[in-house]
Amino acid sequence: MQIIENEKKYDVIIVGSGAGGGMATKVLADSGLKVAVIEAGPFFDPANPDQQTQLKWPYQSPRRGAGTTRAFGEFDMAYGGWEIDGEPYNQVGDSQFDWFRSRMLGGRTNHWGRISLRFGPRDFKGKDRDGLGENWPIGYEDVKPYYDKVDKLIGVFGSKEGMYNEPDGYFLPAPKPRLHELYYKKGAEKSGVKVMPSRLSILTKRINNERGICFYCNQCSRSCSVYGDFSAGSCLIFPAQKSGGQVDLYVNSMVREVTVNDEGKATGVIYIDKEDRKEYRVSGKVVVLAASACSSARILLNSKSPQHPNGLGNSSNMVGKYLHDSTGSDRMAFVPDLMNRKRYNEDGVGGMHLYSPWWLDNKKLDFPRGYHIEVWGGLGMPSYGTAFDPNSLNKYLGLKVGGYGNGLRGDVKKFYGSVMGMSGRGESIASVDNYCEIDPSTVDEFGIPVLRFNYNWSDHERKQARHMHNTFEEIIHNMDGTVLGDKPGKDKDYGLLNPGRIIHEVGTTRMGSDPKKSVVNEFEQLHDVENVFIVDAGPFVSQADKNPTWTILALSWRTSEYIIDQLKKQNI
Amino acid sequence: MNRRDSIRSLFLGSMAGGLALESCVSAPEETVSQKIWEYQYGRTPTEALRDGKLLATQYFENSEINTITRLANLILPPSPEGSIEDAGVPGFIEFMAKDFPGLQTRIRGGLMWLDSYSNRSFKTIFLNCTEDQQHEILDQIAFPDPDAKEQKQEVQFFSLMRNLVMTGYFTSEVGIKELGYEGNQPNVWNGVPDDVLKDHGMSYDESWLPKFVDNSKRNDLATWDENGNLTS
Repeated sequence: MQIIENEKKYDVIIVGSGAGGGMATKVLADSGLKVAVIEAGPFFDPANPDQQTQLKWPYQSPRRGAGTTRAFGEFDMAYGGWEIDGEPYNQVGDSQFDWFRSRMLGGRTNHWGRISLRFGPRDFKGKDRDGLGENWPIGYEDVKPYYDKVDKLIGVFGSKEGMYNEPDGYFLPAPKPRLHELYYKKGAEKSGVKVMPSRLSILTKRINNERGICFYCNQCSRSCSVYGDFSAGSCLIFPAQKSGGQVDLYVNSMVREVTVNDEGKATGVIYIDKEDRKEYRVSGKVVVLAASACSSARILLNSKSPQHPNGLGNSSNMVGKYLHDSTGSDRMAFVPDLMNRKRYNEDGVGGMHLYSPWWLDNKKLDFPRGYHIEVWGGLGMPSYGTAFDPNSLNKYLGLKVGGYGNGLRGDVKKFYGSVMGMSGRGESIASVDNYCEIDPSTVDEFGIPVLRFNYNWSDHERKQARHMHNTFEEIIHNMDGTVLGDKPGKDKDYGLLNPGRIIHEVGTTRMGSDPKKSVVNEFEQLHDVENVFIVDAGPFVSQADKNPTWTILALSWRTSEYIIDQLKKQNI
Repeated sequence: MNRRDSIRSLFLGSMAGGLALESCVSAPEETVSQKIWEYQYGRTPTEALRDGKLLATQYFENSEINTITRLANLILPPSPEGSIEDAGVPGFIEFMAKDFPGLQTRIRGGLMWLDSYSNRSFKTIFLNCTEDQQHEILDQIAFPDPDAKEQKQEVQFFSLMRNLVMTGYFTSEVGIKELGYEGNQPNVWNGVPDDVLKDHGMSYDESWLPKFVDNSKRNDLATWDENGNLTS
């Protein structure tokens, strides 16, 4: 089968349209460059009524919201999930890395939690604190101007708190907490756990005339039809197109490899069009990978040539290494004071209205780094699973469990809104032993070799999870609540979820000043190939106990400005 | 051809391609087509095809559906607020059995157990028992043993049916109304109502109040001073 040549020549080819690719598209197209965006999934616009799930009721679906075809329920706006037909991945040994992929314009930004936290000064220099992992070659002061610009362009609500490692930004005002969140606040503060308004990229106030304002339906995970939350398609790529940018979108196009010339410089990419299943080549002066940390590593490793026999950018043998995800563990509580609640619309924004940033000093603890606590609960919209075990909580009240008849109606109404939960999300230590690599034994349905993972938690993460549960139990006790479920013990890694589960995959193409120990430099440029950049979370040296998106956006903006500058100077 | 038409033709094409033969009972083409568009909730073409295939087939025999409907009405008898039929529970259970094939044998076998048990106890199938007899049977299986490590099959079966019935009801239009969920509509959040705060002995910290949204200014374009203080 012959590769079909695309006649068009681009300044920049961007692979992937999530946070990193979206930001690069916006900045590069706005500067007048001719850009191709190559996305493995279909076109998606949350305002398209045929694709919209926002404001749908469970009874508008025959399965009432069950997660048969979408992992987080069928109204969730991620086309893909932990498993995708025709696109397998494998594990080495007893490793269990769960890989979440969303194949659509905007990628995982269409359904994410919108938690938009800046890394703080300490987060860039973890090794200085505890000798573990590696420092970033850049610091907070390098990224701060870009965080500021991202805040103003995209919008994030929050509050100025003046905490050293939770830097303030340009915030929109925060929504008032919900009732269960006030219970949490009271319980947490009693134990000395800091509580503050959350920081989510949701518009509680007008930020420009192109995007709508949040109307408090709680459904950011369904992607907002008025663009009141941040998704890369609606907030970066569409505006780049509307402002007259030269942006060509190639959707349903799966990139196989980056092509190079005799000097080993990138010339473009080869992709497979999923519609006609043919191979195409598109060429450009610069290639920007933003396919997700693991997907970009896969593309590099599959881009073997005489000039780069070990894969592109992989002379260090570091591509795929240092893969890490946030730690995560969750606990639920039954709060009797929240039984028989008065009813009112408590939807609020799509996520928590308050949370706890990391509040402790590790010198007194048996694990490094920290975690933040997310809070959930409230009078939410019913969905598949609501009213399962309708009166199991009766056992805490000394009442009978089970049965049938109209008493069950009363049980469901009595307990509605009385269960809440907490999720710890923390920083793991990046390790060279945790990696993804090409599995020579398996290809996907497009004939592209797939990844296999090797990832095992260490005691650093296990002890952190144990600490989470101790904290959760103390807070629940302070709320006069009942802890649900048994405390996970050592046999269950203290409740630590499988790596990958928090969907914060980072580190596979890490940044550094030493080309032997890292894949990209501080401008996310391959050490080995000057015209290839990586703007997803692959370059992250460490994760922080923050969600990666805001840092992906800031770094992608910084890198895009560097690309513009280098093209002007004809250096690349 | 717009996207909707293209999905429709995709689906009907697959009907003609032998789908009807796979199902034990097949519905007429126009009924199927109508059914797909009864549900409009942002499906991808692949998902719409899958839904269409499931909706075009029937898994349970009519007699089984009748038993499921009776059982559902015993679990949640009709009230002025709503009934199992209002909530579309039998159709929901039929769909879920096709959507999660793992449910099929558990439900079909459980229904068979129910008839065998009533045949032995009352010499007739469950559906033909009197209401008192039906209650007598359910009383044997509706209360899981809190001390047992593993519940008996018939207890598990009833728990499964109760879960499906209850979730089917409370995710329906009547069930959501009865539950009192008031959201899923555009609105402006201004915090927990004062009377609720008072009932719970809660209040918003004075020091927090300046951090919160002033909804009268939500339409004003956000501006900040150089220190990041909101000025609009």
